[in-house]
Amino acid sequence: MRELTYNQAAVEAVAEEMRRDAKIFYMTTDPIEPLLAEFGGQRIRATPIAEAAMTGMAIGAAGCGYRPIVDWRQVTFCFVAMDQIANQAAKIHYMFGGQAKFPILYRAAVGGGTQLAAQHSQSPYSMFMNLAGLKMFLPSTPYDLKGLLKTAIRDNGPVISFESNRLMARTGPVPEEDYTIPFGQADIKRTGSDVTVVALAWLVHEALAAAEELAKEGISVEVVDPRTLVPLDADTIRGSVRKTGRLVIADEAGPTAGFSAEVAAVVTENAATFARLKGPVRRVCALQVPIPYSPVLENYVFPDRNRIIAGIRDALQASGCGEVA
Amino acid sequence: MMSISANLPPDKQREMLRLMLTIRHFEERASADYHAGKIFGVVHCYIGEEAVAVGVCSTLNRGDRIISTHRGHGHCIAKGADLNRMVAELYGRQTGYCKGKGGSMHIADFEIGMLGANGIVAGGLAIVTGAGLAAQMDGKGGVAVSFFGDGASNAGPFHECLNIAATWKLPVIYVCENNMWAAQTSAAATHALSDVAGRAAGYGIPGVVVDGNDVFAVFQAAQTAVERARGGGGPTLIECKTYRWRAHTERRGLPDPRDRTEVEAWQRRDPIRLLEQRLRQQGELDGDGLQAIEAEVMRALEAAVAFAEASALPLPEQATDDVFAA
Repeated sequence: MRELTYNQAAVEAVAEEMRRDAKIFYMTTDPIEPLLAEFGGQRIRATPIAEAAMTGMAIGAAGCGYRPIVDWRQVTFCFVAMDQIANQAAKIHYMFGGQAKFPILYRAAVGGGTQLAAQHSQSPYSMFMNLAGLKMFLPSTPYDLKGLLKTAIRDNGPVISFESNRLMARTGPVPEEDYTIPFGQADIKRTGSDVTVVALAWLVHEALAAAEELAKEGISVEVVDPRTLVPLDADTIRGSVRKTGRLVIADEAGPTAGFSAEVAAVVTENAATFARLKGPVRRVCALQVPIPYSPVLENYVFPDRNRIIAGIRDALQASGCGEVA
Repeated sequence: MMSISANLPPDKQREMLRLMLTIRHFEERASADYHAGKIFGVVHCYIGEEAVAVGVCSTLNRGDRIISTHRGHGHCIAKGADLNRMVAELYGRQTGYCKGKGGSMHIADFEIGMLGANGIVAGGLAIVTGAGLAAQMDGKGGVAVSFFGDGASNAGPFHECLNIAATWKLPVIYVCENNMWAAQTSAAATHALSDVAGRAAGYGIPGVVVDGNDVFAVFQAAQTAVERARGGGGPTLIECKTYRWRAHTERRGLPDPRDRTEVEAWQRRDPIRLLEQRLRQQGELDGDGLQAIEAEVMRALEAAVAFAEASALPLPEQATDDVFAA
């Protein structure tokens, strides 16, 4: 199968959908060259640096029959549009009694590892997960990104595509033929029996590397990639934990009220899954600090394969409830 | 003073009076029902500003879009919303426009191009600018109208949207209802210049100030702007100087910081009385005619209240419907 980069897969998803449906148009401060060349300035619109305006304009255009895509580029730029996201896009279908549809795709790059410092290295998806009314995903491969983007563009409500900065140039197999990936369906990227690692985006690859390393010691690691954050595939995550009895969650965001906390909650609040846990849930997250610039500082803050390995070893050594360590 | 005659057919003028009276009586009823505990949450009355919504919406077609504010009942009525479903929404019933999920601040009717009241000051400006973009892409001469207050004119989205609409020549009419008070704070204390319309110069678009209590003046300004927008000339900023008679909201005990003499001076320039006088002077309305319109308005309002009272409350579990679109 041919290989595409993560970024190429995204552009291809958008282009294929725009060819299919004339109601789709794209707004961004910096149009993507191949899209602009193919579709022209009327459908690939260069906007002023006015994220509140373009984020809200998408809502209005969607309510009038269009299917806009808004590319915020870095997620950090959407914070000035937070009223339009939190008060308008997330709620407008519900608070108007479902009388109109608002099909919108918002795109946002997240995560660090690029020495861009605090404002441009953020992973704030749990802030958005907390708002009822938005669907969202954060894929780890070009294949998943393309399939989820196509599902998002065809969805009849607002969807946020979080896309990993660290993965933009990473390649992976992507078939030529049309396909979509449904929301709310996790992908087990590696099967195993001793411990479950639930990881997102770049950390899926780090978890797979950790699993490979530990396999040499006879430790069998299962890597679950939720792909979609809302709706979250709790069934697949719980099923894996019921099988392995141990859970490590790896996330490039900080732990506080984060995605990792949500996964820990959906696992432990389920009696059948909780009963199978052989030890406490471990989280391998970024430190709860703004992301610093200097590589030595940045690397210290972010989790990686070594911390995942350490987390897995901790999880395997920890014993069940009632025993004294 | 009333403007020079708008040369409108008498039927159209009487229809404008009927709509303004409908808004007035609807708001009086909403206020009374709020204080009687039949309407929950909050109600922001539009009394005193009726000429703005009616003057502007009388220039629009059904397919044109508008967006409103937290003070939205008047815009709904002027655009042709169904009173039954409006009252039902205020009463929190299943038959309401939002199935009881929205209430006073979120009444919308997409079928008639009413893209919603909006509880966030300046929250609707970008949405309706997007509706203007949709109208431009449709290429059928449709327009979009943004109603907002003097308070919203100081928020960032106002400037972002006027710039983008001017740059892309979007068919949007920005109607600032300058009622001189942003909630409890006077415009005089928060605006560097007294005329919001003057800001249009910064975006190279027409900016006009009109007497917002003169429905014909509003109509004429809106008609010029709508014709310009339909013809591809781009947006216009219209500032309607007006006044709300009641406090910011109907909340009991809410202090009203305004000088009573200021309120009374504006009440003497009642937009409805001004239109009535005009129609009488033109010989197009007499006492019987006015009584007939009033009776029709009250019949429709009472029927709407009866419809709402007879409507079922939502089932509690319907709270989880419509979070996501099918």
